[in-house]
Amino acid sequence: MDLKLHVWRQASADSQGVFKDYDAKGISPDASFLEMLDVVNESLIERGEQPIHFEHDCREGICGSCGMMINGVAHGPIRGTATCQLHMRHFKDGDEVWVEPWRARAFPVIKDLIVDRSPLDKIIAAGGFISLNTGSAPEANDTPIPKVVQERAMDAAACIQCGACVAQCPNGAAQLFTAAKVSHLGLLPQGQPERHQRVLKMVEVMEDYFGSCTLFRECEAVCPKKISVDFIARLNRDYLAAQLKSR
Amino acid sequence: MSDPVLDNKTPPGPLAQKWEYAKSHYKLVNPANKRKYDVIVVGAGLAGASAAATMAELGYNVKCFVYHDSPRRAHSIAAQGGINAAKNYQNDGDSIFRLFYDTVKGGDYRSRESNVHRLAELSVDIIDQAVAQGVPFAREYGGLLENRSFGGVQVSRTFYARGQTGQQLLLGAFQALERQIGLGRVKMYNRHEMLDVVIVDGQAKGIVTRNLMNGAIEAHASDAVVLATGGYANVFYLSTNAKASNATAIWRAYKRGAYFANPCYTQIHPTCIPQSGDYQSKLTLMSESLRNDGRIWVPKSKGDTRPPLQIPESERDYYLERKYPSFGNLAPRDIASRAAKEVCDEGRGIGPSGRGVYLDFADAIKRLGRNVIKELYGNLFEMYHDITAENPYEVPMRIYPAPHYTMGGLWVDYNLMSTVPGLYVAGEANFSDHGANRLGASALMQGLADGYFVVPVTIGDYLAGQLGKKVSADRPEFAQTIASVNDRVSRLIGAKGTRSVDSYHRELGGIMWEYCGMARSAEGLKKAIGLVRDLRDKYWRDVKVLGTNEEPNQALEKAGRVADFFELAELMCIDALHRNESCGGHFRVEYQTADGEAQRNDDEYLYVGAWEYTGDNSEPRLHKEPLTYEEVKLATRSYK
Repeated sequence: MDLKLHVWRQASADSQGVFKDYDAKGISPDASFLEMLDVVNESLIERGEQPIHFEHDCREGICGSCGMMINGVAHGPIRGTATCQLHMRHFKDGDEVWVEPWRARAFPVIKDLIVDRSPLDKIIAAGGFISLNTGSAPEANDTPIPKVVQERAMDAAACIQCGACVAQCPNGAAQLFTAAKVSHLGLLPQGQPERHQRVLKMVEVMEDYFGSCTLFRECEAVCPKKISVDFIARLNRDYLAAQLKSR
Repeated sequence: MSDPVLDNKTPPGPLAQKWEYAKSHYKLVNPANKRKYDVIVVGAGLAGASAAATMAELGYNVKCFVYHDSPRRAHSIAAQGGINAAKNYQNDGDSIFRLFYDTVKGGDYRSRESNVHRLAELSVDIIDQAVAQGVPFAREYGGLLENRSFGGVQVSRTFYARGQTGQQLLLGAFQALERQIGLGRVKMYNRHEMLDVVIVDGQAKGIVTRNLMNGAIEAHASDAVVLATGGYANVFYLSTNAKASNATAIWRAYKRGAYFANPCYTQIHPTCIPQSGDYQSKLTLMSESLRNDGRIWVPKSKGDTRPPLQIPESERDYYLERKYPSFGNLAPRDIASRAAKEVCDEGRGIGPSGRGVYLDFADAIKRLGRNVIKELYGNLFEMYHDITAENPYEVPMRIYPAPHYTMGGLWVDYNLMSTVPGLYVAGEANFSDHGANRLGASALMQGLADGYFVVPVTIGDYLAGQLGKKVSADRPEFAQTIASVNDRVSRLIGAKGTRSVDSYHRELGGIMWEYCGMARSAEGLKKAIGLVRDLRDKYWRDVKVLGTNEEPNQALEKAGRVADFFELAELMCIDALHRNESCGGHFRVEYQTADGEAQRNDDEYLYVGAWEYTGDNSEPRLHKEPLTYEEVKLATRSYK
């Protein structure tokens, strides 16, 4: 199939960006969206134009490196799918496709479709862990965990930190990301000792960088791992409880 | 030309007490002195992140370098199936000894006994550590940990977190690392790619990196360096590795004096989604755990192109069950991969390209019900569906082998130190534990054993002798190394040729897959060496890298990695050519039994082949570390 692309090109953080038009020709419906961009890039290199820069690595939907706005939607039209797992069979011959970097104040553009998502790591560094030094762990089966609790924790832990939730949010909030990590650890017995401290510290750093959540729920709609906004409710409860407790 | 014997520093005493002995005899660094040492860790996958976090906990100053935007992107995250541990929770006769034995046997008797035994001992601690970190492993209804079985063994010792075990274990290590970053004990350098090691007076004293944001080539001094930079399966271009996974760090170390061991031991994983077209950028693995319930088959007759559901049971050949009745579909990876190639070579392959076999869940769905299958493999089925648009609940999956893991890597002694003092190598980047074939669910185990429990302890033994021997980055060796890195970068940009980096990489991969892939011959390998050399020469003259060094430049990043793959490819072929036997993943067509199984030659090749770099225009020199087995009895591997 042939497509008409409008791709955001921006040479550096401080330069002016612009949409440029490219033809993607002879694309197989079995190719992924990134493979389609690979094909376009090969043709750009051939005619001496720098390839479109975009982040990607595992191309299996798990590393969280890739992500772009495709026709205004983070990771494109298919639910529960990262850009690398979006296949061209979901497009039609002759389609026009607008491709932009993540749009969020907290994620400045580095080049073309690459943005700086480092504030997300800062939220983890503030408290997204269980404090434990290697070697001091008790026997693993000493603490039984009900299967439903473990499954729920796993649902939250599936987050790939791609940043789609932030990019799609009209407020540029990182609530779903933070809620997923707070819930993953807060649900498990191992996470209880630091539960309140954790949520306070993580939310504090989150608010330094990101907008506020007003429950648009667009994050949930674009999350490639289908992480539920129920976890945001859980985050809010934990946060409130922690605040009361810390008074 | 070869020099014998490398001292592997295996401690004395009975096998099961060696690690205890070693720990009790290592020199220690006074806790108050630990903060005086700077340790560089390159890579933050399972091995790197766990090593960096643990060394910081111990009190060392750690600097950690990754080329990603975050340490959590490392390719360990993509491991699906599980992690082995000799917990014997299932009461099925498992033990540390059995895990050790299975691993040595699975590796076709080409691994070092002492290392593998330590790995099996540490496996149980890894599970404790991970659970305490909040890794949500699968559980039984009673709340205790669940296990499943994996290829090549007959016990259930694999712990898993849905099909995302690597992700969850990596997040555990990543969170431990972020905790240390938050505490200021690890300085994290994201988007920095290591391009060389700095050697001062014969010891590793730092690295040179390129800042991927602005091209700055910078030196970083340290008292020791740990490379945890993964494997080199991307030499084949199409592999299950992440696109950026590369060999540059270990290859640069090789060229600075670290020996490279067993480069020809590569693992071709049997269950990957077949290639669908020329645009294909990578191959996707379908976890080996699928072989627990899926049955592998092809049509009995050649050229049978009927859709799978129309092929009656009597006309299907469940070839693994037929050839290996006791292990069946759970035969080890190397054997399962070769068997798939064989049936496809016979013209019985399926799918559009004829390079594929079926992995069929119809029986399992009948036996266990769709819901159980969904719970076990749901996310893998979804992934398969996303990629192929076929529904594996309804029609069998199509799979074919693909390069997945490299058992070879930098040679290390028992302490995981390379032949360059102060240069440690952990995880897939070293050669240590898997011999000529890695069993499923062992890579995560090895990465974490190295990172959490081995390197942080053994490195103290070296650092204790380095007190007061700190070097600064002002030494001329740093400037010289920076100059040589700058020179390479300018040559790549300056070539201004006609073809893209990817086009060369693809061509190199084609050569390696053809001649150094699942079946190798002396004739083919010799041919490959010539082809690789010619293509490499052409590459340096003709590669086209647009843009400059002083900006984010993905083509330039790739160009350096591919340049190193060319050199490594040649060494892989040289190693494969010198090893006149078949063992594990290294299959030489000249050396096979009457029924097509690998035929080892223990009289002549019972050693680790470690190659020393001697210059760009001279042959590498082979050093042999003889493999001596005290506990394991050498036998022909049988999975029949």
